[in-house]
Amino acid sequence: MSVYSEIERYHDFDFRSFFAGVSKARVEAVLAKEKLSEHDFLVLLSPAASGCLEQMAHRAHRLTGQYFGHTIQLFIPLYISNFCSNECVYCGFHRGNTISRKKLSLAEIEEEARAIAATGMRHILLLTGEAPGVTPIAYLEEVIRLLKRYFSSVSIEIFPLDVEEYKRLRLAGADGLTLYQEVYDEDRYRLVHKAGRKTDYRYRLDAPERGARAGLRMVNVGPLLGLGEIRSEVFFCGLHAKYLENTFLQTEIGLSLPRMNPAEGNYQPEFEADDRSFVQFITALRCFLPRAGITVSTREKASFRDKLIRLGATRFSAGSCTGVGGYGEGQPEGTPQFEITDERSVDEVVQAIRNAGYQPVYKDWDMI
Amino acid sequence: MQDEQLTIGGHVFASRLFTGTGKFAAKDWIPRMLEASESGMITVALRRIDSHGKNENILDFIPKDVVLLPNTSGARTAEEAVRIARIAREAGCGNFIKIEVITDMKYLMPDNYETLRATKVLAGEGFAVLPYVLPDLTLAKKLEEAGAAAIMPLGAPIGTNRGLETKSLIALLIENCRVPVVVDAGIGRPSHAAEAMEMGADAVLVNTAIATAEDPALMGRAFSLAVKAGRLAYMARMAEESALAQASSPLTGFLD
Amino acid sequence: MEIEVRINGTEQWLKECTIEELIAARELAAASLVVEYNGRIVKQAEWNKVRLGQGDVLELLNFVGGG
Repeated sequence: MSVYSEIERYHDFDFRSFFAGVSKARVEAVLAKEKLSEHDFLVLLSPAASGCLEQMAHRAHRLTGQYFGHTIQLFIPLYISNFCSNECVYCGFHRGNTISRKKLSLAEIEEEARAIAATGMRHILLLTGEAPGVTPIAYLEEVIRLLKRYFSSVSIEIFPLDVEEYKRLRLAGADGLTLYQEVYDEDRYRLVHKAGRKTDYRYRLDAPERGARAGLRMVNVGPLLGLGEIRSEVFFCGLHAKYLENTFLQTEIGLSLPRMNPAEGNYQPEFEADDRSFVQFITALRCFLPRAGITVSTREKASFRDKLIRLGATRFSAGSCTGVGGYGEGQPEGTPQFEITDERSVDEVVQAIRNAGYQPVYKDWDMI
Repeated sequence: MQDEQLTIGGHVFASRLFTGTGKFAAKDWIPRMLEASESGMITVALRRIDSHGKNENILDFIPKDVVLLPNTSGARTAEEAVRIARIAREAGCGNFIKIEVITDMKYLMPDNYETLRATKVLAGEGFAVLPYVLPDLTLAKKLEEAGAAAIMPLGAPIGTNRGLETKSLIALLIENCRVPVVVDAGIGRPSHAAEAMEMGADAVLVNTAIATAEDPALMGRAFSLAVKAGRLAYMARMAEESALAQASSPLTGFLD
Repeated sequence: MEIEVRINGTEQWLKECTIEELIAARELAAASLVVEYNGRIVKQAEWNKVRLGQGDVLELLNFVGGG
C-alpha cells in the first residue's frame, strides 16, 4: 500500500484541459457542498476559482476556526548539519556547492538549545542534509534526547529512513516528521535531483507513511513550489495528505507549501506561484482537508504571513535561522539552505499573531 | 452588541417567546406559566358559551400586562375570520389578532389564500394582524404588502411537536421579510425554539408543548431560556459576520 | 309575548325581554360574556337597553383557551 497508487491514477490526466473546462458556476457549486471530493478540490485549484477567492477564504477561515480555534502553533528550526551527498539543483546544500560544511557537536547543540529555549519556544524542528555517514542514527538519537531536555516537542526534517530507524528516533523522543516530496511529478523529480540517495523517488514518497507506521504523532508533507507545474503539485500534495489521513487515523497530518527562494547556486525556478494563487491554494487545501495542519515558514514575507493567519495557516516558524546553528553565541555556519524573508524575532511574530486576534501557542503538549 | 427591540403592532415586547392558552389541563397553570416564562403575549380563542357548563373567563387568568392575541380559530373563510376579529376587538381584547383559517381538518394546515384575504381587510381596519400560514415567500410578501404586522410561519403541523420541518422555507422568510417572523406551531422542545431563534426568527409562539407538559411553569421557563439562548447565538453570529463584512473583501482584499 | 330568536345558531322561543334579563334568567356569568346582537357587540352597560325582538340573532360568546 502506498500513496503512489493514488498519484499514479493521474499519470495521464490532462490537467490543463480540465482546468480550461472549469466555469465559475462549477466553482460555486463546489463551494456549496459540505464535503469536497478530489475533483472538487481540483476545481478549487483551477484558474477559474480565483474569481471566488473571497468566498473560499471565508470558508477556510471558518473551517480553521472550527477545527483549530484561533491559534497559531509556533516552532523553530535548528540545522545541525549541512553535509549533503545529494545534488538537488535548487538547494543551497547541494553537494557541488562550495560552502563551508559543518556539523554541530552535542555541546554546540546544547548551546543552541539553551539560546532557543530562552525565546520561549518549546517546539523544535531538527534538520540535516542527507549524509547518514556524518549524522548516523545513533548521533540523531543522542541529539533528540538532548533536545527533549529543553523542548516539549522535537520534530525531524531529515533524509528518509526505514520504519525501524523512525521507531528508534521516536523512542529517543521525536514526535513529528516533516518530509517534503519537493516535486510529485516523477519526470520533474528526476530532472532536479541529479545524484545521491534522493534520486530514489519512491523511497522518499513512502517515507512519511513509514514515519506514521513507526508511531510518530505528526507527519507533514508538501511540494516545493516552483519545481513542477504548480497546480498539479498542490493537488498531489492534497492527495498525499488525504491518503495519510485516511490510512493513519491516529496520526496528525499536516502540510506546507514552501515557495522557492533564491539560494546559493542561483537556481531559477521554472514555475511560479504568485501571492494570489498561493492564497487560493492554501484556502483550497483547507476546504478539502479541514483537519490538516498548515505550516507557513519564514520563506514568506512578514506582511504576507500575517494575512495567512486568518486564511488557514495553523503553524508558523519564528525567529528562524537556516544556516547551521546560528542561535547561540557564534554566527551561523555555512550558506543558509534558503533565504529567510521573514526575519522577525519570536516576540515580533507573537505580537503579530496577537494583533490578528489569534493566540500564539508555544507548547501544544508534553509527553509524560 | 445590543439587541434591537422587538416591536409588533406598535408594542415593544421584552420577551421573544409568545405563548398560548390552549390545551391546559387546568387554567390556573396559566398565570404561573406566564410568570415563569416571562412571555409578553398570549393567544386566546373566542367561542360560543357552553350553555350547560361553567364558563370560566380565560381573561381572568391572564395578567393585565400581557398582550392578548385572540385567534380566529373556528373560521373557515376570510369573512368568518374578519367577524371574529371584530368581535374580539369590540369585546375589549385590544387590536392584535392572529388570523388562523383552517379548512383542513385532518392536518390543521392553514388556508393561506383565505388568510391573505382576511389580512387585507383587517389591516385596513387598523388591526395588528399576525397571520398564521404555511411558509411561502411569495405569500409572505403579499401579506407584508397588505399590512400584516408580522408573519407566523408554521414549523410543523399544529400539535405534532416535530420541530422545524419547514426550516429551509422559514429561512427564506427570515432572509427576505421586512416584518418580524414569528415561528408558530410544531415547536415541541426548547431546542426547537432555540434553533428557530438561532436562525434569525424574531420570536416563537409555543402552546402545546408548554400547556401539555407535566409542569407548564417549568417548561415555560425552559422555553424562555431556550429562546434567549438562541437569540444570543444569532446575535453572536451577526457580530462575527459584521466584523468580516467591514471591507468588501476583508480576508483577501490585500491581494488587490 | 313569545318571540323566536336565534341564539348561538339555534332558533329558540322565549318571552320578550332585554338582553340583561335573558342573561340573568339563564344565570350566565356576565363578566366573561361577549354579546353580539344582530351583528354588533353590545357592551354590558347597554344590555338593559336592548330589547329582543322577533327574528333577532344573538351570539353569546366568551374567551376560552386557544393556541
